[in-house]
Amino acid sequence: MKKLSMLSTLMAATTLLFSQSGLAADCGEIVIGSAISLTGKYATNGVHAKNGYEYAITKIKEDGGVKIGDKCYNFRVIYYDDESKGDRGATLAERLISQDKVQYMLGPYSSGLTKAIAPVTEKYQIPMIEAEGASRSLFNKGYKYLFAVLSTSEQYLASAVTLAAEKAKESGRSVSSIKVAIAVENDPFSLDIRAGVSEDAAKLGMKVVIDEKLPRDLSDMSAILTKVKLLKPDLLIVSGHSKGAATAVRQIGEQNIKVPMIALTHCEAADVTGKFGVAANDLLCSTQWSETLAYKDKLFGTAAQYETGFKTAYPEYADKKVPYQTAQASAAVYVFKDAFERAGSLDKEKLRDAIAATDMQTFYGPIKFSPAGNNIAKPMVLRQIQNGKYNVVAPSEFASHKLNWPRK
Amino acid sequence: MDQILANIGLLFEFPIVNLKIILDGIMVGALFALAAYGLALVWGVMNVKNLAQGDLVICGGYVSWWLVQHGFPALLGVPVAFVVMWGIGWVVYKLVISRVIERDLFTSLLATFGLAIMIAQILNLLFGSDTQSVDLGYPTLHFADGLIDLPIAKLIGVLMAAVLATGVIIFMKSSRMGQAIRATAQDARAARVMGIDTEKVYAFTFSLNSAICGAAGAIIVMVWVIQPFYGIAYSIRAFVIVTAAGLGNLPGVIAAGLGIGAAEQYGAHIFGIGYQQAIAVLLLLLVLLFRLIQQRRNRQVLK
Repeated sequence: MKKLSMLSTLMAATTLLFSQSGLAADCGEIVIGSAISLTGKYATNGVHAKNGYEYAITKIKEDGGVKIGDKCYNFRVIYYDDESKGDRGATLAERLISQDKVQYMLGPYSSGLTKAIAPVTEKYQIPMIEAEGASRSLFNKGYKYLFAVLSTSEQYLASAVTLAAEKAKESGRSVSSIKVAIAVENDPFSLDIRAGVSEDAAKLGMKVVIDEKLPRDLSDMSAILTKVKLLKPDLLIVSGHSKGAATAVRQIGEQNIKVPMIALTHCEAADVTGKFGVAANDLLCSTQWSETLAYKDKLFGTAAQYETGFKTAYPEYADKKVPYQTAQASAAVYVFKDAFERAGSLDKEKLRDAIAATDMQTFYGPIKFSPAGNNIAKPMVLRQIQNGKYNVVAPSEFASHKLNWPRK
Repeated sequence: MDQILANIGLLFEFPIVNLKIILDGIMVGALFALAAYGLALVWGVMNVKNLAQGDLVICGGYVSWWLVQHGFPALLGVPVAFVVMWGIGWVVYKLVISRVIERDLFTSLLATFGLAIMIAQILNLLFGSDTQSVDLGYPTLHFADGLIDLPIAKLIGVLMAAVLATGVIIFMKSSRMGQAIRATAQDARAARVMGIDTEKVYAFTFSLNSAICGAAGAIIVMVWVIQPFYGIAYSIRAFVIVTAAGLGNLPGVIAAGLGIGAAEQYGAHIFGIGYQQAIAVLLLLLVLLFRLIQQRRNRQVLK
């Protein structure tokens, strides 16, 4: 008797739950699949990305869902943990598509995992919007169903070249008189960066005076910095993950290197402001996104509003900055909503064409895809370390602070 | 090729740069020499070729870094790392080295190689894979239009390395234990017959080596940067130096250390920094080749 009553209570509760959710949304459901790193070496950033996806989904639900024709839909994502391993990611993508019958995919974390999954989604012609794979080798394979909202890695420091050109013009020098020094690590990511910088420098007629590859176990780059002193370049580019940033900043300070503009990657990962203090001043650091940017959209509001909104929804981020990995994940979901509404259909081919035709402003930056699928509208953001703070200085039209130039 | 010629041209166009390169090289080389001296000690006394040499160095660096994180002055890191690494060296000797010391060459190579991987991984798990460094906050001296720079931190580091090396030399020459170590190195069996507890000497030697490496690491973290997987760079240099200088030849070890430091800096300047370590390996190859030819000549004489 007791059991029976418990069962009936449970049933009643379930019915209530169902009817309530039915009442609140009254919308259909669009199921998206995603293999993401919840464990393994990418777990931290994998979770950032997942939170970004989920936050956007909640926001869209609150906003009345995705409107296709006169019906409305909400997103639901099936997540599988790829354990930060490529082969696992590919297997899970296969499973999502053939067993869970998923018709749309959100990307995994990192270029490596995206590279592993893209051939699978391509085979089944499943549109995938990814937010965390920046390698440019993803976009020269002729993939038709892969789209990325973030800037590709060769753009990471290319904006520094543009900025150096702008400054040269302002001070009345010819752009072609600018000398560039490049020191990057010998790995795919940094070589992408080097390619981007040297292409742009060549286009503007700048001269590359130093072009060296840093070893993997770099702890001393004084040989390059001595050459920098002798050849006096106007722009110094360094990329070698956090060890490259740490070594460079330490020795730039020690050797008193006076280059008007120095641009790096991985400043925050290397904590250059905390470790080296004044030596890090006026360095330029690249990032995909910053909450101080003047971007905005209808769903999330401004970049700053996104940051506060996200922190309210995920209190564990309260005392740190919202990472750009999260912001771009939310932007990917937003692109799906936009594309579904423009396609006016749940058909994946129509959806693919709609995604390809995307041209929108978001809190994360403008999004417009090239035929290869990478976002060509959003520039990389350069922040300058000014008195220990990271302030956005480029691109100039969205900058919150003025560039300190030349660097002292 | 053009790049290489241009780089050589720079050396002649700005002769003062040569001085800077040599100074930089000597400062790096002093620390290589320290690690190499420890290796020569263990190699000579116990005939163990310690592939974990560089990882002991990095370990010492982390001891010092940890101290600084907990609010201790950075210079204290060097003596503390010496003591802590002495202890770690003793434990490692008792756990691993004492078991392979009587075995053949490959057993000890494999054991120390395994040790190297273990140490690097443990450091990675404890401290993470980020690059770490300690900033002493001392200014840098500049000479010759700022072309030559001498960070005071580097000077202090080299000075400490010199003090440590001198201390070890005096100890080996004049103390009772130093004599016992030298006796064991010459002939372990004879030493045992004469009443020297060789087991104790071995444990002492390995601990001393570990302590020297630790102090070197503590200096390195003040002057450059460390990372859990950087050990191999120091291991390779230590091997090159010991091979070049020979065992039991302390002035030779120091000279070879300084020389390799300078050669690497020149190599990095001329061929690009990516080839800096390749220069060290190339030198090792040349030295080995030279030694081989020398030995062949000797054997022919023996016939």
